[in-house]
Amino acid sequence: MENKLRLEIVTPQGVVFSEEVDEIVAPGSEGEFGVLPGHAPFLTTLKIGMLIFKKGSETRYLFVSWGYAEVGHDRMLVLTDSAEKCEDIDVERALSAKKRAEERLKQEANIDQARAVSSLERATTRIQVAEKKTAK
Amino acid sequence: MPVLKDIRRKIKAIQNTQKITKAMKMVAAAKLRKVQTRMLNFRQYADKIHEVTVRLAAGAERQLHPLLMARPRKTVEVIVMSGDRGLCGSFNSNIIKAGANYINDLRKNGFEVSVSTIGRRGRDYFKRRNIQLRKSWTGVSGNLLYNTAHEVSGDIIENYINETVDEVTLIYNEFKSVIAQKVSVVKLLPLAPIEAGEEVAVSPDILYEPSQKEIFERLLPKNVEIQVYRALLESSAAEEAARMSAMENASQNCDDLIARTTLVYNKARQTLITKELMDIVGCVEALK
Repeated sequence: MENKLRLEIVTPQGVVFSEEVDEIVAPGSEGEFGVLPGHAPFLTTLKIGMLIFKKGSETRYLFVSWGYAEVGHDRMLVLTDSAEKCEDIDVERALSAKKRAEERLKQEANIDQARAVSSLERATTRIQVAEKKTAK
Repeated sequence: MPVLKDIRRKIKAIQNTQKITKAMKMVAAAKLRKVQTRMLNFRQYADKIHEVTVRLAAGAERQLHPLLMARPRKTVEVIVMSGDRGLCGSFNSNIIKAGANYINDLRKNGFEVSVSTIGRRGRDYFKRRNIQLRKSWTGVSGNLLYNTAHEVSGDIIENYINETVDEVTLIYNEFKSVIAQKVSVVKLLPLAPIEAGEEVAVSPDILYEPSQKEIFERLLPKNVEIQVYRALLESSAAEEAARMSAMENASQNCDDLIARTTLVYNKARQTLITKELMDIVGCVEALK
């Protein structure tokens, strides 16, 4: 019995990640969910958040934005607009994006509210994920 | 000596042309490199999305979403994707020929065909032949934007849902390698394997979160969009590759032409000298 999961993360910029892992926690649009080998077939949308997976004794964190996750028996395929490993996140860029989004939200008038909110969310999540690296 | 001067001028002109073709080749190479990496990366994503969509659609009820419903085909929309510019070998003519043949075949078999084009070359061709275009997009291949794919697919989907067309086919140049393009005919809608009955691993009881309907509502249009974008990327990579090899050939031909003309020039020059010498010798003889 196979008790590893094949995690594959694909974005429009290419394959970000493809490895065998033991356990995955992903940010589903209806709440976080965990996946272990032998999970029932499952399809969900993802929201901006943190994807965590365990491989042996190692725990790693990734930033993912809106996308789909397809879970099969022994694999999980994540199709998302963007995904970054925590060590690849450009914290400075995220910080400045956060600032920009906050300023936009303060102005309120004549801006695309939804866009600013989601860009703020992306930036904050990126920073959160990046912090995991330093905490380790 | 007018003849000599003419030949010299001709050589100069060829050299100038060669400068242009060489520069164009270089530009095409640079553009190709850029778009090629983008295309190769996106290909994986597009393949995966398509795979997932097809797998899900195979197990789903067709009534769930209008894009899943396959109607008997009466009207077929054909979209021909060409380049905006020429000077790229047989790139445009191949795709246009394939498109025209495809359309003729459909007409012969009694289908209604509506034609759309992406790219200036295709549009011009069909206009010249008085073929009514439903829609045409131009100026796309120079700077590829995801928005274009969004626009095109939005239009396609709208038409399909309105039942103005029952099938949408996209014809584009697929990038095989730097020296080879392949004309590729893709059925965008309805989703291919539903009627073709291809072998797909169907897992009937997939859990959906949120509901299956909601997922399909976003996934199906997105899939069309992504397939269009992928075709755009493939086509422009193929175009740059075709232009690069066409310009490489042109530069080569210039070299040949210069060598040949130089030979003619030298021969003419030698004949001239010989003639002058003979004149001088003749004069000297006469003066004796």
